[in-house]
Amino acid sequence: MSRHADDFFLALDAAEDDARPGAGDAAAWVRNLSRRDFVKGTLAVVGSGMVLGVFVGCSEEEANQAVMDMISGATHGPRAPGEGGFEPNVWVRIFPSGDVEITNSRSEMGQGARTAMAVIVAEELEADWARVKVVQAPGDARYGDQNTDGSRSVRNLYTPLRQAGAVARRMLEQAAADQWGVPVEECRGRGHQVTHAGTGRTLGYGELAEAASALPVPEESPLKDPGDFRYIGHTVAVLDGQDIATGRAVFGADVSVPGMVYACIQRSPVVGGSVASMDDTQTRAVPGVMDVVTLPALSFPVVFQPIGGVAVVASNTWAALEGRRRLSVEWRAGPNGGHESGAYRRDLEASVDAPGRVARSEGDADAALAAASSKLEARYYVPYLAHAPMEPPACVASVHENGCEVWAPTQDPQTAQAMVAMALGMQPQQVLVHVTLLGGGFGRKSKPDFIVEAALLSRAVAAPVKLQWTREDEIRHGYYHAVSAQKLEAALGDDGMPTAWRHRTAFPSIMSTFAPGVAGPSDDELGLGAFSVPFQIPNLKLEACDAPAHVRIGWLRSVSNIHHSFAVNSFADELAHAAGRDPKEYLLDLIGPPRVLDLYDGGASAYGVDTTVYRYDTGRLRNVIERAAAASGWGTPLPEGRARGIAAHYSFVTYVAQVVEVSVDDQGRVRVHRVDCVCDCGQVVNPDRVRAQMEGGVVFGLSLALHGEITMAAGATVQGNFNDYPILRLNETPPIYVELVDSAEVPTGVGEPGVPPLAPALANAIFAATGRRVRDLPIRL
Amino acid sequence: MPDVTLRVNGEERTLDVPEGMPLLWALRDLLGLTGTKYGCGVALCGTCTVLVNGEAQRSCVLPTEALAGAEVVTIEGLSPQGAHALQQAWVELNVPQCGYCQAGQIMNAAAILASNPNPTDQEIDQAQSGNLCRCGTYPRIRAAIRRAAEIQGGAR
Repeated sequence: MSRHADDFFLALDAAEDDARPGAGDAAAWVRNLSRRDFVKGTLAVVGSGMVLGVFVGCSEEEANQAVMDMISGATHGPRAPGEGGFEPNVWVRIFPSGDVEITNSRSEMGQGARTAMAVIVAEELEADWARVKVVQAPGDARYGDQNTDGSRSVRNLYTPLRQAGAVARRMLEQAAADQWGVPVEECRGRGHQVTHAGTGRTLGYGELAEAASALPVPEESPLKDPGDFRYIGHTVAVLDGQDIATGRAVFGADVSVPGMVYACIQRSPVVGGSVASMDDTQTRAVPGVMDVVTLPALSFPVVFQPIGGVAVVASNTWAALEGRRRLSVEWRAGPNGGHESGAYRRDLEASVDAPGRVARSEGDADAALAAASSKLEARYYVPYLAHAPMEPPACVASVHENGCEVWAPTQDPQTAQAMVAMALGMQPQQVLVHVTLLGGGFGRKSKPDFIVEAALLSRAVAAPVKLQWTREDEIRHGYYHAVSAQKLEAALGDDGMPTAWRHRTAFPSIMSTFAPGVAGPSDDELGLGAFSVPFQIPNLKLEACDAPAHVRIGWLRSVSNIHHSFAVNSFADELAHAAGRDPKEYLLDLIGPPRVLDLYDGGASAYGVDTTVYRYDTGRLRNVIERAAAASGWGTPLPEGRARGIAAHYSFVTYVAQVVEVSVDDQGRVRVHRVDCVCDCGQVVNPDRVRAQMEGGVVFGLSLALHGEITMAAGATVQGNFNDYPILRLNETPPIYVELVDSAEVPTGVGEPGVPPLAPALANAIFAATGRRVRDLPIRL
Repeated sequence: MPDVTLRVNGEERTLDVPEGMPLLWALRDLLGLTGTKYGCGVALCGTCTVLVNGEAQRSCVLPTEALAGAEVVTIEGLSPQGAHALQQAWVELNVPQCGYCQAGQIMNAAAILASNPNPTDQEIDQAQSGNLCRCGTYPRIRAAIRRAAEIQGGAR
């Protein structure tokens, strides 16, 4: 069971992740697999041409052995996670028609991964973008770790994909050189053809594909000079844009298979609850209802198990919903039936009043605080949050004689494969998981509980099942972002700068989802914005305080960075005002001079990166602050009643600063007038998609800051739909100005880092505008 | 179950539709028109928006049996070639992120432009704010509706 926790935390944990496919700037081994019979068995599209496999996350010997294993036929069919051996993580194929096909192993949920993966290959291949097609990989260990979370698709695959494209181009150049009888150095692939420098002769990539497929992989395939990039760093239209605009794009509930029936489930309102009694008489009377199936209650730890309850299976979705409405179910609440948000908040507040587990300590913060004549203390509270992707969980599963086939909007098809197999008592290789487009993920769809439900129902009714979660299901049965209380204390020197900083944070851990008896925050979660505080303060201490879990806790876009950034950036602003200083200048002074921080020897997270390559550079953090301030007109006069707030945060190896301009009317209504966002994510692959992720991060941040709150009563979620769990609307959305730092540093994450600075920047702006300090989210004035 | 005859994307369809079944599920499950998406089921998010007799309607709460004789247009039928000004603008400005809410956004915007060919930002905000987008494509939606108005204006 712990593998799934590992799966998440490996993405965040430096030491272990180095051994994972695609970690950091890992080496990749490109192998020519064109003439192998097994290719026909392993690729979706059968035909001739050139096929390259890219092995990431293994040694060269292991890659070679893998090719030998594949030749011997040992590795046909879907592979289970941890089955051993390596297969190529990425396939690049060039058809005699000239079409280029890239098998993309990352899930697409709006972040632009499908497009970015293809752009990187196309760049080094010097392909014509219009000839590049992307095939979505099913869940299969051959593609390496497919879990699309942690803002790491580009970060992990940038260099391997470049190498794949470069090798393919070099082989096409060699094939042309052989045909012309000239040195390969005189041949150059560009614009989907190879040109001979001396004579101007050309051969198209399609014409060369067959010949190239017979060549060995070259020793040297130099990567392009980034100065010559034509696609990377230049905006490329998203691949699925036209399909989306015309309604042709396929999401989880859009799949249809012959003989399919439809289902929805009434689940236990309390995590760990079970059916005490059930009457389905009325349900079975609904036209179209075919069956009612009771699913077993979950056991602890919850992992990705279905919550349990009563399923209604029908001939269409509406009949299933109507049937469910007429169910009469009595529940036994189980051990979490007493969970109440009000009481739990008091517990968290008490928890941060006592010393916790020390996670980071420099100097002696306790002594410095005890001795200080001038001190400041503040508490911050952030409630549970639900993901609320516009597409609630939905999928199709079909259990057949020899296994199970699934079509699902999943961020993590391999874990879906493993969990379905476990639930059905099958081998993972018997479970084939097709990945549809995701109608938003935000972390929710890395949990395959809904896919397991569909598989169990398909087996129960012996037919393919389309399972539809309603919005209420999605809001009430989430893996919530953890509720948190934090206490920050500072001792202040005569210059207004802190001489000591003590940060206590209490929240139920994601680890509680995977293991029994987890008392509070894990190091990995502390590494998300608390451990990684970049301030230059001589006495600094971070303590993790206990918080038992009573709901399913999961990761939600930017995870613990949400509450840690809120507290840290808010408190920095409080200190600035206490010192009578400009908040932006004060923040820069807190960070101190440009330097590389080496925080991670202590074992906390560095987002799974090699810190010698991905350095935590306060100079880059300072730069985004300076630029966001400049872009926003920081320090220049605003109309009466308006004010600005600033915050900056390092997460997923990316630096983001945001300035929010706000006013508050006499009813306490907050109006955000503009947001300026500056992002340094190293080398940008597709600028338009990075901008889109920053825009989306700002909107996501505004949603949680202004509206987001899940509360619990008698162990059950109080909210249920967009009326009581609102998300931001168009008329609340300000103009958002995004600047990307022009950088040749290694690319970092962009899906999540736009979120953490927003809430504190907004709260700081509200203080500047009104003198009222916001310490609880959502903001209520 | 009543038979209901209505026009969907220009084609006459007779449906044997269960009583109370909202148009959303008739489109998706009975007609296989999956471009129209479920978002909330109670007309709170606009994801399921289609045109009914030219007006933007939330298909998740519209009983199908009440639509006899109605003219229904879904995203699949907005333009035969997928080249409605809004669709062009949507692609040009790379509006979608995940894409799930976008059919509803486009259909709602189509109704706006049909009655107001050159809406101001304020008018767009007012008429489009019932359509939720979790990815945060709002600034681009605003820009794309303006752009579509331009494209339409240019075409006249």
